[in-house]
Amino acid sequence: MIATFLQALVNGALAGAVLALPAVGFNTVYAVLRFPNFAVASLATIGAYAGWVVNADLGWPAPASLLAAFVVAGSVGAFADALCLKPLRPLGALVAAIGSVALDLVLQNAARFAFGNNPRGYDLTIFRNWRLGPIGIGPQEVEDAVLAVIAMAAVFLMLRTTRIGKTMRAVADNATLAESKGIDPARVAWAANFVGLGLTGIGGMLVALDTSLDPLTGFRVLLSIFAAAVVGGLGSIPGAVAGAFVVGIGEEMSTLLIAPTYRTAMGFLAILIVLSFRPGGLIGERAI
Amino acid sequence: MLDYLVSLSVFAGLYGLLALGLNLVWGLGGMVNLGLAGLFAIGAYASALAELRLHLALPAAAIFAALLAAGAGALLAAVTARLKGDYLAIVTLGFAEVIQLLAANEIWLTNGTDGLPAIPAPGRGRLSSFHFDIASTSVVWLAVILVSLLLWRLSQAPYGRVLRAIREDETVAAVAGKRVLAFKVSAFAAGSAVMGLAGSLYAAYTGYVAPDSFDVLVTLLVVLALTAGGLGSMAGAVLGAILVVVLTEGTRFLGGLLPGLSALQVASLRQGMIGVFLLLLLRFRPEGILPERMRRHHLED
Repeated sequence: MIATFLQALVNGALAGAVLALPAVGFNTVYAVLRFPNFAVASLATIGAYAGWVVNADLGWPAPASLLAAFVVAGSVGAFADALCLKPLRPLGALVAAIGSVALDLVLQNAARFAFGNNPRGYDLTIFRNWRLGPIGIGPQEVEDAVLAVIAMAAVFLMLRTTRIGKTMRAVADNATLAESKGIDPARVAWAANFVGLGLTGIGGMLVALDTSLDPLTGFRVLLSIFAAAVVGGLGSIPGAVAGAFVVGIGEEMSTLLIAPTYRTAMGFLAILIVLSFRPGGLIGERAI
Repeated sequence: MLDYLVSLSVFAGLYGLLALGLNLVWGLGGMVNLGLAGLFAIGAYASALAELRLHLALPAAAIFAALLAAGAGALLAAVTARLKGDYLAIVTLGFAEVIQLLAANEIWLTNGTDGLPAIPAPGRGRLSSFHFDIASTSVVWLAVILVSLLLWRLSQAPYGRVLRAIREDETVAAVAGKRVLAFKVSAFAAGSAVMGLAGSLYAAYTGYVAPDSFDVLVTLLVVLALTAGGLGSMAGAVLGAILVVVLTEGTRFLGGLLPGLSALQVASLRQGMIGVFLLLLLRFRPEGILPERMRRHHLED
């Protein structure tokens, strides 16, 4: 009994580390641009496909495919945002959000057009699970979690130490003040989208490694991404990390009680509970 | 060809009903509802199950479906009453996902992803398929006309004015002594009832419901219809629904024009184009073709 519980805890924490990437990406975009970008679903998928092309088609190792996932999802996301969503933002967060649902449909179908509906597999060695007493741990999941932590650490460093990182934080904190200080909002938007959606791309590839790669890979985790972002606090980056662990562990724990197919419904439940009792999320909004 | 057009007109009417329901909730009440596919699904499944398991006639099943969807909508509205804009978009989209998940997994009730076949409708089998389509389109469009007249009256009545006031500024409406929560919940419930009715007619017309039919694409098509027609305008909602069907069906010819593409590629192009249309519309004509007309009252200085 305790072993199953611990097993769920370990699995949940590993899943949470991977989920943290798209959640941090979603909240980075929200913090700077103040709207929920639903297109994170298809950008996660696009990142996963970019990684797949580099890994399975070109035969390059995992770090190169992760980099490809980051760069392709980040650039596609930033360009698509500048082209489609930027003109909608003056009309309000909701119009931009609806536009992003439409953009998501476009990008999802672009992926389907290029790669078809059949699931694809990465060309990576599969290792046997490690055993720690009664608990089994998948080396793949551990590697994914470690990679996720490294990617997030890089982003934290970037936000804390680089000039563009600091301007992003300034805009997130107070956009009007930042602009009056001569910070160019368009440049910051590009940076936030590139970094945020690039992280989402890496997250998409790690999710695809764990589950399967098809045009709906990202969409299937969309509810969990929302949940992690909202539970932690919309627009908060530390919040997204905390929220991702809460949701990851919560989803895994829920499988002890209810059918595993309902694990994503746990995310919805978490959103409702948090918004009803603590609308700002666990950490609070817009802490970046 | 005529058969095809008649069948399209049924779908145009169904989208019209969904757009009218959304217009009450979002257009007048200002509550975005990206969960309408979920309410549509509840209506479709409730009606199908009422016919198949409880052996109700279609009119009774349709009322049952509308009431159940209204109840679900009221619950959703009560839970989310304090949320606005983008938060509400996230929660309602999540709601639709959960409903789809339930439809796919509660196999004892919904038959899972295989769906519910052989849903009866009066006249099916007895009439030729062409006559059945004519009868269906008459029923659906009669419902569209009745619902749009009803909602138009409602929007002109004091009730509609209060809803618009809440949409524009909730605090002012509350200060004016309006019971904001009651108005929001009742409008959400009434809009959901219309969506449930659309679900019931859909189930009866196609004779088959499955979870796949209620994905986010349905929601997006109805949002597209309403945006195209003009948010807040009942005639616009219906016009928008017709446009959406013309748009989605009009792209069928693409396959013939692009012979080098597989069927899947053509399908993905067509679906992607729906997103492109919505983006263009939001960008260049966000108020729609028939924008809501508001009577302005000018105060003397």
